[in-house]
Amino acid sequence: MGDREVWLGDEAVAMAAVHAGISGVYGYPGTPSTEIFEAVEAVALREGIHAHWSANEKVAYEEALGMSFAGRRSIVTMKHVGLNVAADAFMNSAVTGVHGGLVLTVADDPGMHSSQNEQDSRYYAHFALVPCLEPADQQQAYEMTREALDLSEAVGLPVVLRLVTRLAHSRASVLPGPRVPQKPLDVWRDPMTFTLLPQNARIQYRRLTEKQADLLHRSETSRWNVLSDGPRHDRGFLVNGIAWNYLMEAFGGECPHPVLRIGQYPVPVDLMRSLVERVEEVVVVEEGYPFLEERLRGIVGIPGKAIRGKLDGTLPRTGELNPTIVAASLGLPVAQGLRPTLGEVPGRPPTLCPGCSHTDSFLEVREAMKPYGDLRVFSDIGCYTLGFYSPLNAIHSCVDMGASISMAAGAAHAGARPVVAAIGDSTFAHSGITPLLTAIRQNVDFTVVILDNGTVAMTGTQKTLATGEDLDRIVLGLGLDPDHLKVIEPHKMRAEEQVAIIRREIEYPGTSVIIARRACVQALRRGVV
Amino acid sequence: MKTDIILSGVGGQGILTIAFVLDNAALSRGLHFKQAEVHGMSQRGGAVYSYLRIADRPIWSDLVPEGQGDMILSVEPLEVQRYLHYLSREGVVISNTAPHKNIPDYPEEAAVLSALLDLPRCVLVDAAAIAAAGRQPKAQNMAMVGAATPFLPFDLADYEPFVRRLFEAKGEALVQGNLAVLRMGWNVGRTVQQLLTQGVPTRQVNSFLLRVTPETVDPDRANEVAVALHGPGAEAFLQEAGGKMPLDAALARCR
Ligand SMILES: Cc1ncc(C[n+]2csc(CCOP(=O)(O)OP(=O)(O)O)c2C)c(N)n1
Ligand code: SF4
Repeated sequence: MGDREVWLGDEAVAMAAVHAGISGVYGYPGTPSTEIFEAVEAVALREGIHAHWSANEKVAYEEALGMSFAGRRSIVTMKHVGLNVAADAFMNSAVTGVHGGLVLTVADDPGMHSSQNEQDSRYYAHFALVPCLEPADQQQAYEMTREALDLSEAVGLPVVLRLVTRLAHSRASVLPGPRVPQKPLDVWRDPMTFTLLPQNARIQYRRLTEKQADLLHRSETSRWNVLSDGPRHDRGFLVNGIAWNYLMEAFGGECPHPVLRIGQYPVPVDLMRSLVERVEEVVVVEEGYPFLEERLRGIVGIPGKAIRGKLDGTLPRTGELNPTIVAASLGLPVAQGLRPTLGEVPGRPPTLCPGCSHTDSFLEVREAMKPYGDLRVFSDIGCYTLGFYSPLNAIHSCVDMGASISMAAGAAHAGARPVVAAIGDSTFAHSGITPLLTAIRQNVDFTVVILDNGTVAMTGTQKTLATGEDLDRIVLGLGLDPDHLKVIEPHKMRAEEQVAIIRREIEYPGTSVIIARRACVQALRRGVV
Repeated sequence: MKTDIILSGVGGQGILTIAFVLDNAALSRGLHFKQAEVHGMSQRGGAVYSYLRIADRPIWSDLVPEGQGDMILSVEPLEVQRYLHYLSREGVVISNTAPHKNIPDYPEEAAVLSALLDLPRCVLVDAAAIAAAGRQPKAQNMAMVGAATPFLPFDLADYEPFVRRLFEAKGEALVQGNLAVLRMGWNVGRTVQQLLTQGVPTRQVNSFLLRVTPETVDPDRANEVAVALHGPGAEAFLQEAGGKMPLDAALARCR
């Protein structure tokens, strides 16, 4: 038992995992989850915890599953869209089950502060038939992470811990609990459980379904699922995670209506029934998709009861909640703040840092493509996505990690010309290698520009797995014609010569790769490259 | 008791350091606090903000409800405008005077500052001058914390252990320098606070204090300032664009 600590929600999760005796932390960076990994990493050496970033979320998840196979505890960290990448491993790990505790800490980003979408990870837990815990504050984040590891071992399943940006990146004081030691090595012996041949998988899947009654019972009796009463039964509330905070804020801490607060899934059916029986109308206030609301409403609704929430427009369907939105949606008073005293307040969007190598790379690519008229650059996710904004206006797509190369190939198949893809070094290691291999085998007529700044810059200059000569060798190892691999150091001073190189490779009717290599200035400043 | 603060600035200006100092002060006082910050995409030179809520009872939401904020603490003067709808009518703005011009359409500097002087309660802080006076040019954010403190449930002494922890390794001079900057910031904030309470308009108070060298600002002499601002030379003094001078000289100019 220690003193109170000032922790981000992410740090509370990390320290809880350390205190609960994890032997490994696995993950790929992604806002708002990155700090979970980094907080464990900061103490990993001292604690004897394995902590190395993986190439992508699928790799990370599978490594954790291996550690679980060997009887030891671990957590896997990723952002919500990372779970799409890890989904194959995740879904199947529900069928194999786990041995050492395995908790997937996944951070959703309602409001898309730094993401391509605002998907809700509770659907994944539901889909995989595994439990999910959802904290409302930093103390709960700490306690639930520890409970999740215990629960994972008790039910033999991976457990999802769902965070959202506002908890992941909010600090408060947390009271830590006692520490438990790491688990001894205890390698799983039964050859059948983890070998998902159809014959075995059928048995395992049946076992998974047979566990559901126990999971439901645990939810019904969980201390995180609480039905509280109130004097006024004309209305009741069903809330999840941090939505509860906003509801309390709106009512000044005392809600006069019954409230069912959900922090553990599967959805507790009896508790939901008790709430509905008690009130005339249920308002579902959820941070995320209308997951509880859909389940409560079903297809035909509940006769005689009104159900309100995101589906009927009582609350906004998109974006993140906040105390003002919740209060206004419920018809509660909302205070008026001051008005701006300056006529025009210009926006201040994020931009590439002064001296960023991506700027020079994009200027050169643009210049090289000039003779071909309409510029089309398929791009990807990272700092370089900011090349979308004026004055660069240099990219035309950013969908999911690795999609630059595959989408460019598809466009080339369709006959578009010239086709250029621009991808960062970490994104390339994450999901760019397989599409490039595919393209090289077909000698697709396009040019891939790998922006090698030696780091994972967007998420805070983490270590990248493929940079420098390693990266060159990877590209050549995929079978690229060495005459069409060009390495340049993008710089205004040498722009003319470099534009000519890029243009020649664009002209070449086959697959070519330009590696634009110059270190990220932030990484240089921090001394990490 | 509750104090809801919006911290604002531009990515890279270090508003999270300010937040961290205040968080630790709240912790050492045994107060409840929640501080929501933004990381990631918004950090690359874009507008950044953080909510910090401090109270003597449990805090529910990590986010400040609109119209209920008690303070906007901004290390950049234009950024204040983005968050005014969070501020209650009694709320106070503590803003640095130095603009961060990384956008092509940054408004005219004088207009940006003048707009802040139209607010009912505002403290303009020349953080660079205060930090320079303490020979700690990097301690501008400490000047901001100091200026905000009279409006917060803290004393300067609350920061000392934390400042010590942050700078101890780099020598006692740095610790003392930062504490001196905090103190000079506090002197500015406290003087403005007293004068505003006496009904002196925001514009007058700040225009006067921005002309005074930070090391001579003295809250114990706030009354003298109030009197001097009624003096025959006050209007002309506040109108003219000029450099800083010691408090006594500025008072003399007004009288
Ligand atoms: C599946 C998935 N995982 C993680 C992220 C978060 N993310 C966005 S960009 C990025 C790293 C980009 O690094 P790199 O490609 O090297 O480009 P840089 O930022 O260095 O320019 C990460 C981790 C994401 N959007 N999607
Ligand atoms: S952090 Fe690095 S890669 Fe990102 S914009 Fe700045 S210099 Fe460029």
